[in-house]
Amino acid sequence: MRDGVGMTRETAIGLFLVAVLLAFPLVASAMGEPFYITLATRMAVLALAAVGLNVALGLGGLVSFGHAAFFGIGGYVAGILASHAFNQEPIFSTPFAFMGSDRMPVVWLFAMLVSALVALPIGAISLRTSGVYFIMITLAFAQMIYYFAMSWPAYGGEDGLSILSRNTFPGLNTANPLSLFAVCYGLLLVALLVFAVLRDSRFGAALLASRQNATRLAAVGIAPFPVRLAAFVISAAITGLAGALYADLNRFVSPSMLSWQMSGELIVLVILGGTGRLFGPVAGAMLFVMIEFVLGGITERWQFFLGLILLGVVLFARGGLVGVLAGKVRHG
Amino acid sequence: MAEPVLSIRDLRKTFGALKATDGVSLDLRPGEIHALIGPNGAGKSTLIHQIAGSLRPDSGSIRFLGQDVGELGVAARARMGLGRSFQISSLALEFSALRNVMLAVQSRQASSFRFLKGVMRDRSLTEPAMAALERTGLAPRAHVPAAELSHGERRQLEIAIALALGPKTFLLDEPMAGMGPEGSRALTAFLDGLRQEAPILLVEHDMDAVFALADRISVLVYGRIIASGTVDEIRSHPDVRRAYLGETA
Repeated sequence: MRDGVGMTRETAIGLFLVAVLLAFPLVASAMGEPFYITLATRMAVLALAAVGLNVALGLGGLVSFGHAAFFGIGGYVAGILASHAFNQEPIFSTPFAFMGSDRMPVVWLFAMLVSALVALPIGAISLRTSGVYFIMITLAFAQMIYYFAMSWPAYGGEDGLSILSRNTFPGLNTANPLSLFAVCYGLLLVALLVFAVLRDSRFGAALLASRQNATRLAAVGIAPFPVRLAAFVISAAITGLAGALYADLNRFVSPSMLSWQMSGELIVLVILGGTGRLFGPVAGAMLFVMIEFVLGGITERWQFFLGLILLGVVLFARGGLVGVLAGKVRHG
Repeated sequence: MAEPVLSIRDLRKTFGALKATDGVSLDLRPGEIHALIGPNGAGKSTLIHQIAGSLRPDSGSIRFLGQDVGELGVAARARMGLGRSFQISSLALEFSALRNVMLAVQSRQASSFRFLKGVMRDRSLTEPAMAALERTGLAPRAHVPAAELSHGERRQLEIAIALALGPKTFLLDEPMAGMGPEGSRALTAFLDGLRQEAPILLVEHDMDAVFALADRISVLVYGRIIASGTVDEIRSHPDVRRAYLGETA
């Protein structure tokens, strides 16, 4: 089970999931079913958002009920930059004219940067509290941003903002569903790698310890607060990146991306897959989107059944899907 | 006489009407084991919390290595070299014994904001941690999660973590608590040698250990130090006999 002793069962299961997620749209494409490619892209993007939340929630034990804020901010950054680039209107003209951008790498950079900058003060205030208060204060901040977006007419207010032409990626035609999937899937893999490296680093050790026993961490001379704050900001940046992709996938961004239901959905993804597990978000997102699609096709009340499944996981399978398949987590 | 490493002057802390710490002054000198004894509820834990930084005194001063540490938090004092063990084991339970100790090594190297290199492949972390485990006899259990260690092993792990900090002072809160006679004897012998590395402020209920180890003993009753002196002075002190040791001592 330990580092360096071949491949662990968890890694094998994770690689299998990632392979299935890749095979799904390829098969769909070969069979001429583009809808399923979009479904797989949705899985990849939601998984990426959940990887972000998993840094704060899984590694740090920080139950953020406001991560939709960062998801939505990423989405609005994509939408706003694209609309200005499309209309050839500068976002600001002093000290220089910034015309927005329709290039994905630029959009991603801004989405991550803005999400991180917003997360910094939210984290700095929220992390003074813990437990239920932390949950409530992160929710409150997210709601503030939600209502701000609702009442800001410049970018669509409650009607949302359409992205008329999907942002571009050099060398790819992003209007092609399979190309867009490849972009999202590639970023998901990078995020998984970042998560794994982060978790195994000194920073990760301090973060994992802060969740298990903050008193012990302080007693060896590592103050928990800066560690948690850094984790919160990194977490927000990854979720913000996912938000930008989500907006491009739907060619539309609206305040619903910022809603508390979205925050809850992200938590559900992480818990379904396995809190703190590397491939948990992938498992969670695949399961969630499948349930939504299969049960959603049978009944409008599919969320009732999602609730039942979640109840089962919380009561009988604390480690989520990955926990059920790979057993308990072991840290070296 | 050598400059004290830790020097506490007129420390006071009240909780409502209760004077938990009532004008406590005490010193810890280089090379000594200073035992702090007293009946339950005497305020030993409150005092330890104030020294460690997890509780703010109402008044009085705490100087450590010649510096007033009153404004510093727990982590800052630990980084200065205050190596603490807890009365009730306080560990990262999912982590192996080795990884618990590695946290202390990592802190000593002031390096918790490194994001790339994996800790288990980092010999500058694993080797000093392993050395600390070996000194406390816990090396064979290095890869066992702390949650699966026995009570006595957890006490040993607490000591190993404090060792790995390379502290200037040990603050040991009942290190013998719940250990069998065998374990207590082994730990007593170990602490005996440890005072050469750094002085020890030892809170302990095990009187055999205290009398065997202490260079000086201070007796805390109702938040006040009623006596302070060598083992023989404390043994024969009439107030101490009455307040704490009882007839059998």
